[in-house]
Amino acid sequence: MRIEYNFAFFDEGSKREIRRATLKAVAIPGYQVPFASREMPIARGWGTGGLQLTLSLVGKEDILKVIDQGSDESVNAVNIKKLIIKTTGIKVTDETSEATIIQSRHRIPEIPLQAGQILVLQVPLPEPLRYYEPSELETKKLHAEQEYSGAWLMLFEQIMNYGTMSTGADHPAMVHDRYVMAPSPIPRFDNPKLNHSQALILLGAGREKKVYAVPPYTRVESLAFEDFSFEVESFQDKCCGLCGAKGVFLDEILDDLTGETFHQCNDTSYCLQRLNQKSAG
Amino acid sequence: MTEFELPVLSVSNFNKQFGKGCPSCKDSNEDSLKKNYCPVCGTVYACQDITFEVYAGEILGVVGESGSGKSTLMQCLYFDQEVSSGEAYISSYKDGKRDVFAESSQQKRYIRNHMMGKVYQNPLWGLRINFTSIGNIAEKLIAAGNRHVGKMEARGKELLEHVNIPIYRMKEAPKNFSGGMQQRVQIAKALSNNPPLLLLDEVTTGLDLSVQASVLDLIKTIQRELQITVIIVSHDLGVIRMLADRTMVMLDGRIIEQGLTDQILEDPQHDYTQHLVQSLL
Repeated sequence: MRIEYNFAFFDEGSKREIRRATLKAVAIPGYQVPFASREMPIARGWGTGGLQLTLSLVGKEDILKVIDQGSDESVNAVNIKKLIIKTTGIKVTDETSEATIIQSRHRIPEIPLQAGQILVLQVPLPEPLRYYEPSELETKKLHAEQEYSGAWLMLFEQIMNYGTMSTGADHPAMVHDRYVMAPSPIPRFDNPKLNHSQALILLGAGREKKVYAVPPYTRVESLAFEDFSFEVESFQDKCCGLCGAKGVFLDEILDDLTGETFHQCNDTSYCLQRLNQKSAG
Repeated sequence: MTEFELPVLSVSNFNKQFGKGCPSCKDSNEDSLKKNYCPVCGTVYACQDITFEVYAGEILGVVGESGSGKSTLMQCLYFDQEVSSGEAYISSYKDGKRDVFAESSQQKRYIRNHMMGKVYQNPLWGLRINFTSIGNIAEKLIAAGNRHVGKMEARGKELLEHVNIPIYRMKEAPKNFSGGMQQRVQIAKALSNNPPLLLLDEVTTGLDLSVQASVLDLIKTIQRELQITVIIVSHDLGVIRMLADRTMVMLDGRIIEQGLTDQILEDPQHDYTQHLVQSLL
């Protein structure tokens, strides 16, 4: 049986509704706009928020890149790409600089994003105050009244218990001096890339039915205390075992046979690009 | 003497009703109500036409039987509930010229965070029992604009010492504490930003006698040292006798008698007050 899908899977009405929510999100940086999250051919919590944003935005001329934890070739990334190709027929790429839309799970690529590009991040928990306040009704009030003690309190608790801010990922950030945002579980390493980004950054949470955005050139400040400043992960003098890159986000990999650990670029397309350049030059 | 001393808090013609009211009870003549309840439409007049003032460094006691509107009064003063009508002025807020009941919810939040402290009857209402004790105190400090971990920790330790909670338990959650200890953490939290106005709602109810005595002692000491203004609600005349300089007696949502505490206890005028003093064991 052959099913003819509409361009980009959704009917036009659905796309328009998601775009309308996206426009509102761009107009109010960091504010979580509710939207009617659609049923998707993948399960909620597996990137449906990001996928819906991508599908509502994609045009015939777009070039798409999808990454999952820095990898272009993981199952999740490949399946999302397949769905989009099947329903749109657009070109896909691994090269960050070539893409017009980049859908990403939990990383911002190493190569700086440019004006005109759109980064779509998949978000599991869009509410930065959720652990502090379980009720959605209450957190909405807290956002309205710009009452973010809870976000700072959670960091304070970490400092009390562990001596440092222990957010591994999803370190809350203040957007444009107004809304505190959960930047999706990107490592702290990527938080500074949100600040004054040239590209438009959209965040979609399919299960939680929220869309929010960081428009280009918006101030995004990671929360910190006067005596405990925000710090990104440090890899000291470690470098990538394959391409030798330093100052990028590295994965620690254990060799099962020898028991040794070595480091490797988390952003696989960046690593591959460097290797290709080396062998060409 | 050019001017009289300004009250820290002055409340005038404050009303709080639950329900819309009907023609038979709207003009609020006392005959149509059964206690504070309208038998025709079921509206409860929790607080009716309440006017009082509190001066700096004073302890004002509020007594009355259960359901007389004491706690509703306190909840409205702390903006936990909206008032039905009436005005309130706080001397430290905009020179006491703005009716705080009419301010926006953001401003109310500001007043609450910067100028007030409240201790609830039940520690669960005033504390986050899963966060550390020091974190609970820090929450109030963060809300008041503090962003220095070292200073907040020092202040928290100082307060916990003040309320006789061993410092080595400061990182423990109040859920592990006994009722009396939880109440003392709550007092420390309420005092953390040196509020000019402290609201105490039945703080000793449910505590055993020796703990009651130590909590009362603590309140008295702190009030003397820091010269804060306190409104204390209790149905226990013993507590009022020990702490309050002045006392208001409430019945069915109205103030039926007010004056110096000694005067009220030694020479009660109203039937109900006489009955109340008579029943003092």
